Amino acid sequence: MKHAMQVTVTTRTRASTVAGSVALGLIGLGLILPAFASRSLIQDLFFILTMLTLAQLWNLIAGYGGMVSVGQQAFVGIGAYAMFAGVILLGWDPVFAILLGGIAAFLLAIPMAFFAFRLQGAYFAIGTWVIAEVTRLIIAQWKTLGGGTGTSLPREATADIIGVATIANLFDLRDAAARDVLAYWLALALAVGTMAAIYALLRSRNGLALAALRDNDNAARSVGVDAGRLKWLVFLAAAAMTGLVGALIYMQTARISPDAAFSVTSWTAYVIFIVVIGGIGRLEGPILGVLVFWGLQTAFSDYGSWYLLALGLIAIAVMLFARGGFGA
Amino acid sequence: MTDVLTLTNVSKSFGALKVTDDVSFAVPKGQALGIIGPNGAGKSTLFNLITGNFLPDAGKITFLGQDVTRVPAMTRVRMGVGRSFQIPQPFEGLTVFENLLTAAAFGQGKHEGEVEADCALILQDTELLRRANDLAGSLSLLDRKRLEMARAMATGPDLLLLLDEIAGGLTEGECQALVATIKALHAKGTTIIWIEHVLHALNSVVEQLLVLDFGKVIGIGAPDEIMASREVREIYLGLEA
Ligand SMILES: Nc1ncnc2c1ncn2[C@@H]1O[C@H](COP(=O)(O)OP(=O)(O)O)[C@@H](O)[C@H]1O
Ligand SMILES: [Mg+2]
Repeated sequence: MKHAMQVTVTTRTRASTVAGSVALGLIGLGLILPAFASRSLIQDLFFILTMLTLAQLWNLIAGYGGMVSVGQQAFVGIGAYAMFAGVILLGWDPVFAILLGGIAAFLLAIPMAFFAFRLQGAYFAIGTWVIAEVTRLIIAQWKTLGGGTGTSLPREATADIIGVATIANLFDLRDAAARDVLAYWLALALAVGTMAAIYALLRSRNGLALAALRDNDNAARSVGVDAGRLKWLVFLAAAAMTGLVGALIYMQTARISPDAAFSVTSWTAYVIFIVVIGGIGRLEGPILGVLVFWGLQTAFSDYGSWYLLALGLIAIAVMLFARGGFGA
Repeated sequence: MTDVLTLTNVSKSFGALKVTDDVSFAVPKGQALGIIGPNGAGKSTLFNLITGNFLPDAGKITFLGQDVTRVPAMTRVRMGVGRSFQIPQPFEGLTVFENLLTAAAFGQGKHEGEVEADCALILQDTELLRRANDLAGSLSLLDRKRLEMARAMATGPDLLLLLDEIAGGLTEGECQALVATIKALHAKGTTIIWIEHVLHALNSVVEQLLVLDFGKVIGIGAPDEIMASREVREIYLGLEA
């Protein structure tokens, strides 16, 4: 004991105070931003925050958990549809119906994990994609929610979403703009909540276990790490959160179709791009990645498939020449 | 005396190669058992069967009389069986201290706070304290071997500690320090099985010696008797009779 204490040990389970204060400052700024920001900035930030959250969640399962899923659009889609079902079939307020999105995604994740966890490497990725496609095809049969062509949230439901009237009064906005502010705040809450939860997870006992598993799963099991339990935990938690994000995105759009809500391009390919260029397996990675992605999207998305091609080439170049991403 | 470990007619093949061939032996509580045998004899495989990293094709393994033949590796660690790997398998992205913390927290099912002080002591005993905050991936082979030993100790091997060729490449002084560490563990009552080619180090610790060749136990007994036996001299030491 006496000799052992000559060395001060540092571990990842202890937090940094500087980063903490900077983060708190940014969150505060984010909260008061609608008081002076333009509507289009709020909409851009909504896009950035939701993509950031999706990217953090994919980074958690793939970057930290080693589960390279290309089926995350299943959770976005099922979450969005569950929210629509809550509003249209049950008459719930869209904000509360978002919670249904989280629950539905969680429930879908159970059979998905059950099947996909039996598969290794590339087969795991393909398995998750197949399950997402099957889910899309099933949802497209759901006639009350518009079948293959989709549907919109009814006007009555979007007209009196909880909090919108208050926001409209507070900032002297029209209802449509107030809805954007509400969605933005919810996106901010989800992004902050997700990052705080991941940060806490990585600094806990389970964070050590995840890192150990990623480095050497044989050795991790040999020191008592329960790999199976940890993978389930991470996969289910990320799925539920992804479902909440999906529901929120479609609360803001107010219009849904199976092809859009289950789009592998929008909800998985873009997300992987963000994580890869920002730096996989690091909490800062997706933050940097989403800013680069948003810049590219704003400047070049009019170029259609040339734009997609360019994104792909950039991602490949980063993987080949700068494996840690731009943030490294 | 109670047996901590028993193997009864345990066999394991990789394809056509029988690597563990009808092995039976028992290790009484508190004993230090040495295992010797030529490279490829199946010594490390025996450890993997005892820890649950491999499952045997036939036979039975018990800890304190409890059948663990099909129990997963993770559970066996928690029952108190710690092991080092012959080829070091550190968690390279974690620091040396975090490697131990992970092993202690999960091997013993405790919170990091409860095991931090123990981990620091183990680092000191295994001469790794000066590397505590370095990434395990940056260690030399020698320090990686030390880390194997340290991590095995950190899991809380109250039942059994398995050490696989940890003395190779050490200087005489380092080897003596290692022997002292193992002796201290043994003196505290830890049951130990040690696979080692450095015979003088091994024989200064163990009470029993087991010789393995082509997956078979060809002798088990007091070290001096085993070393003197003609079979061992022929097979293990490669001496022509
Ligand atoms: N996972 C494995 N797959 C196939 N063959 C293996 C495996 N592990 C060990 N072997 C083979 O089993 C034999 C015994 O290996 P091992 O137990 O490591 O011997 P020792 O530790 O006595 O040197 C060797 O021929 C080795 O190549
Ligand atoms: Mg070996």
